[in-house]
Amino acid sequence: MSKIKLTIDSQLIEVEQGVTILDAAKMINVNIPTLCHHEDLCVSGNCRVCVVEVAGRERLEASCATPAEEGMDILTNSAKIRNARKDVVSLLVSEHNTQCTTCYRNTNCELQDLAAEYNVDGDKYMSVLKPNIEIDKSSWSIEKDDSKCIRCQRCVRTCAELQHVNALTASHKGHEMKISTFMDLPFNEVVCTNCGQCVNHCPTGALTERRYFDNVWEAIGDPDKHVVMNTAPSVRVALGEMLGFEVGTRVTGKMVTAMRKMGADSILDTDFSADLTIIEEGNELLTRLKKALVDGDTSVKLPMITSCSPGWVKFIEHMFPEHLGHLSTCKSPQQMFGALTKTYYAEQKGLDPKDIVSVAIMPCAAKKYEANRPEMNDSGYRDIDAGLTTREFGLMIKQAGLDFKNLEDSDFDSIMGESSGAGVIFGATGGVMEAALRTAYAVVTGRDVPFENLNITAVRGTEGIRNASIKIEDCLPEWNFLEGVDLNVAVAHGLKNARIIMDEVAAGKSNYHFIEVMGCPGGCIGGGGQPIPTNAEIRAKRIEAIYEEDMSKPIRKSHENPEIVKIYKEFLGEPLGEKSHHLLHTHYRKRNRY
Amino acid sequence: MLEVANIIEAKIEQYGRERQALIPILQGIIADKNFIAKDDMVLIAKELDISAADVYGTASFFSFIEDERKGKYVIRVCKSITCDMKNRRGILASLEKELRIKLGETTHDNLFTLHDVNCIGLCDQGPAMLINDEPYTHLTVEKIPIILREKRNQKN
Ligand code: SF4
Ligand code: SF4
Ligand code: SF4
Ligand code: FES
Repeated sequence: MSKIKLTIDSQLIEVEQGVTILDAAKMINVNIPTLCHHEDLCVSGNCRVCVVEVAGRERLEASCATPAEEGMDILTNSAKIRNARKDVVSLLVSEHNTQCTTCYRNTNCELQDLAAEYNVDGDKYMSVLKPNIEIDKSSWSIEKDDSKCIRCQRCVRTCAELQHVNALTASHKGHEMKISTFMDLPFNEVVCTNCGQCVNHCPTGALTERRYFDNVWEAIGDPDKHVVMNTAPSVRVALGEMLGFEVGTRVTGKMVTAMRKMGADSILDTDFSADLTIIEEGNELLTRLKKALVDGDTSVKLPMITSCSPGWVKFIEHMFPEHLGHLSTCKSPQQMFGALTKTYYAEQKGLDPKDIVSVAIMPCAAKKYEANRPEMNDSGYRDIDAGLTTREFGLMIKQAGLDFKNLEDSDFDSIMGESSGAGVIFGATGGVMEAALRTAYAVVTGRDVPFENLNITAVRGTEGIRNASIKIEDCLPEWNFLEGVDLNVAVAHGLKNARIIMDEVAAGKSNYHFIEVMGCPGGCIGGGGQPIPTNAEIRAKRIEAIYEEDMSKPIRKSHENPEIVKIYKEFLGEPLGEKSHHLLHTHYRKRNRY
Repeated sequence: MLEVANIIEAKIEQYGRERQALIPILQGIIADKNFIAKDDMVLIAKELDISAADVYGTASFFSFIEDERKGKYVIRVCKSITCDMKNRRGILASLEKELRIKLGETTHDNLFTLHDVNCIGLCDQGPAMLINDEPYTHLTVEKIPIILREKRNQKN
């Protein structure tokens, strides 16, 4: 690519042809404000808050949508620019339901920041806020308040470009334009997967997750309730961002201490049930392979696809209802955890399950919906009582008045608090695959996977779809049927890539044995419930932290987790056994595609 | 009347099974049915393999594409500035009074629906309105009952 030279704020720089003025300015640390722009999404250029002056042009140019050109002389800060930006923000505020004190995004809102920066005063424009806007709270996961919407369409682009769901659209036009679902139906009636990516990409409080933390506080305050908290792998590498730490800092020990100080009765780890998922899912895969390869059973569905990501599960239920047989029947780690909390854990601790409140801290919005699926009550109770996002949890820590930065580290409680490094990497795209391979290869050959330090780098990375092939050699006698087989696996993250993988499966052209799909870009570390902002750079740092956490663990393979060995011995019996079947596996339902 | 499915099929044959066929399909259905039902939007989405929200977003953009059953005569009163200066409000009030409905509603006999619309390009002859495809210009409050009577008499 050829280079071009231009001047920004009197500074000469050289950039690749095609780079926008906004990105060129970023390279020399000049920050231009934006609203409709997001690094993850295509250029939209609708808000005009990023305007700059280009010498010789009368009109201000939107820097996010204008490519830098040879010889351009650009000003990013002049009276004309500041006035224009102030006008843009003032006009947005004039149709905005400015209720910052009661707004969930208060102190983390791009509109609020800009209004403060440009000192927008109330009486510049008369308020033209539309009356009687109702908040849509129909979904377990997502809340939509059009009175806070600035119509930047980041949500529409997110749902279309990253997720290929297109549950949202811009309807009507002019001042009547708004963000709508199909026919403006309530969120719980449309094809939304609850992934929460639109929430994570919304600059304001218009799209938020449904919050349940007040109920959790209530349970904590109730002396008759035994509150069990479990935290997903990816929470510990992102939570710190909300509490004063650099992006990519691991805060596992402080997080555990915080929960204890908040008053939870037991602090346990979803990573434990991630390890358990590996045992169940690994065995399910080997069983399917045996049926297909040895018994010649043609009804067996291959590739088998992971089912830990509830956004992905709802996606396939809507979009590929004819192919649900490919999904592993394993519940997600969250739901396995819930079912065991109110059976195994209760039994071991001598508690009445009706007094237990199980709270899952998740990077995810879809986990809220999953917890409320009617079938998720195999323990005889609601398996998970509340699913909170990383964001809600961060807020609770602030509410608790804890000086998080200076908390001492501490360890998870037992039982169901121990985990392996394999459980930890569930949080990053490729992690479930790597964890499954570490265990499956060991089970079948009696040896470790042939990768240095157990790090299966072939399935790591951020490429949307990755694949690998592992040759199985020198099997233990009982697995002889796998001798010489090339195990073909693939990893996809972000529902856009899930659709590409599924189109292949639907066309009968998929030659994989096992596929990992995560609904969100980057996997759970980029989940819809993670701290805002999230972008490619931040996702990469969180992924790095996940692999550091893995390396820091003395045990790196799920089947070597002593608590896993123990639960099979004392409670579950064997993988895919009757108890497992009842508590740890589930079924799926067909849903409307449109 | 044609089946909606047949209209969609014909348009797809002509324009391809691509998103570009969406507007021709919408126009085709409107020409025949004068509104597009929810189920028909789903059908279009299925045929073009796009989301139903996409179909709705596009359909709702256009004032002439309705998603509810409308009266036989859809009246659209221009709401742009020139017509407004020439007493569009008086015209609207008179229509509301004569038809005994409010803007956006349909009469009980399903004969008339009353809407407003962005500029219809008749600024020089305002205030102006359309009844279905037919323009009515230089309107006065007095002309309204006469026009409506004409339409009522055309009923059969
Ligand atoms: S969306 Fe932002 S500006 Fe609007 S009320 Fe909430 S915090 Fe305030
Ligand atoms: S809901 Fe949020 S992301 Fe979507 S248009 Fe409104 S402000 Fe933008
Ligand atoms: S939660 Fe996900 S699927 Fe639902 S509207 Fe938002 S981005 Fe689309
Ligand atoms: S950020 Fe450039 S136009 Fe919105």
